[in-house]
Amino acid sequence: MKKIEAIIQPHKLDDVRDALKNIGVDGLTITEVRGHGRQKGHKEVYRGMEYEVDLLPKIKLETVVTDDRLDEVTSAISTAARSGKIGDGKIFVYEVLEAIRIRNDDRGDIVL
Amino acid sequence: MNRLLLLALLASPLLADSAPSMEQRMTAVEAAAKSAQLSGDNAWMLTSAALVLMMTGPGLALFYSGLVRQKNVLSTMMHSFVLMAVVTVIWAVYGYSLAFSEGNPFIGGFGYLFLNNVGAAPNADYAATIPHQTYMIYQLMFAIITPALISGAFAERMKFSAMLLFTVLWSTIIYFPMAHMVWGKGGFLNAYLGGKVPCFDFAGGTVVHITSGISALVCALYLGKRINYPREAMKPHSLVLSVIGACLLWVGWFGFNAGSAVAASGLATSAFVATHFGAAGAALSWMAAEWVKHGKPSMLGGISGAVAGLVAITPASGFVQPFPALLIGLLAGVFCFFMVTAVKSKFGYDDTLDAFGVHGAGGTLGALLTGVFATKLVNDGLKDAPLGWVDGHPMQVMNQAIGVAISWGIAIVGTLIILKVVDMLIGVRVTAAQEIEGLDVSLHGEEGYTLET
Repeated sequence: MKKIEAIIQPHKLDDVRDALKNIGVDGLTITEVRGHGRQKGHKEVYRGMEYEVDLLPKIKLETVVTDDRLDEVTSAISTAARSGKIGDGKIFVYEVLEAIRIRNDDRGDIVL
Repeated sequence: MNRLLLLALLASPLLADSAPSMEQRMTAVEAAAKSAQLSGDNAWMLTSAALVLMMTGPGLALFYSGLVRQKNVLSTMMHSFVLMAVVTVIWAVYGYSLAFSEGNPFIGGFGYLFLNNVGAAPNADYAATIPHQTYMIYQLMFAIITPALISGAFAERMKFSAMLLFTVLWSTIIYFPMAHMVWGKGGFLNAYLGGKVPCFDFAGGTVVHITSGISALVCALYLGKRINYPREAMKPHSLVLSVIGACLLWVGWFGFNAGSAVAASGLATSAFVATHFGAAGAALSWMAAEWVKHGKPSMLGGISGAVAGLVAITPASGFVQPFPALLIGLLAGVFCFFMVTAVKSKFGYDDTLDAFGVHGAGGTLGALLTGVFATKLVNDGLKDAPLGWVDGHPMQVMNQAIGVAISWGIAIVGTLIILKVVDMLIGVRVTAAQEIEGLDVSLHGEEGYTLET
């Protein structure tokens, strides 16, 4: 099992969710986060006081998939989230040791 | 009563054998006309009083609290709100008397202590067509908002107890004497009721905005900067609140300025128009200045400009024509923008919400420009005498400058003394830990936003 963690632009969330739905990924978790990579922030001015805002709003999307679906799912995410501009985000992949369904204690791939 | 009398007289031919004489009828008609004027003026003045309270209650409380950080939203609202109660009590006990009863040129006497002699009968010196109590409650609303304006300078770091004591002393030592000098009978600067130096201040440019704005600067300097200012970003936590507050201020200001005609008269209309034009001009000019300097016009700039324009037009509102009012607004917007951006950052004082940059600077500019644009075409209170420079009386600018200088002087000296006393007695500033935690929790034990369900 692999955990896919994607940091994407907030306005791309719906596209990514549609793409995942189309290939049958049912479970996902999203979090509203702030951060930056190499993308520059923007400037805000309040009564002449200038503030550099470099922590920008992003969406962190997490889902866990079986090993054989990894490439399919990551490419679906990156295709849907891509605008071609700096700031589109990144995808990280982690090993998952175990998955347990709380309702009935199922374990392993069946949980996904 | 009078209407009943009139009805009785009109009906009397049917009831009585002898018809009323022409003289009797005339007396009844005059009484009815007087009663109608009293009703009209009183209705407008009670409405105006409510409008001016609205400036403090939701208006200033929202405008200021939106500009602070989330952890201080309630403490900032409290600064405005609590004065609605505190100033009311001292006004009733001795404030109104020190401001408006006859005394010496600098402060009133004790004639109206505990509102003695302030009843339904009009006070002809101040307002012949409304109950004296209406005038008293209307003036109270001004006494409430003035110290509330100062709170913009010490927001986010002053002790609540110190703020209460400061306000009581400030009202007593600065506001009541200043109101007496400009508006009280026999006041030193009163242009209509026997002042030595006739200074035109229709609705409180000197009394309200200069005194509060200059005192704000003294407070900002005395208290020092907020921790980590200006290194740490201290963005307004909700400009939405500020926009609502500023628009309530704009509307309430019609009561403040047009109400200062103390009658539902043509002068009230003229002041209403001037007020609106001043606000519009300054909102545009502040945004334009910002657009040129920073590349974008901002909502905060728009509302700051509107308030600056309203401040500047306040002393002039009952003396100037619509286009000079617009011009005063345009000048005030650019001038106050310059004060809160360039001047503040050059000198580095932490006037948290720009009470000095807007009220002190805008009030001073407005008071001086009143001397330029005041005209008898608008206000014939001095019969045919020329009023300002446009009437061919340039010396009036000098009279205005004297009024301005006195206001600055009283505000600086008085506020310094009061701060020293309060500091010695209870200390003016919260501890660093309280400031970092936020005053809402550390001073009031509550939070403005609890969004979890």
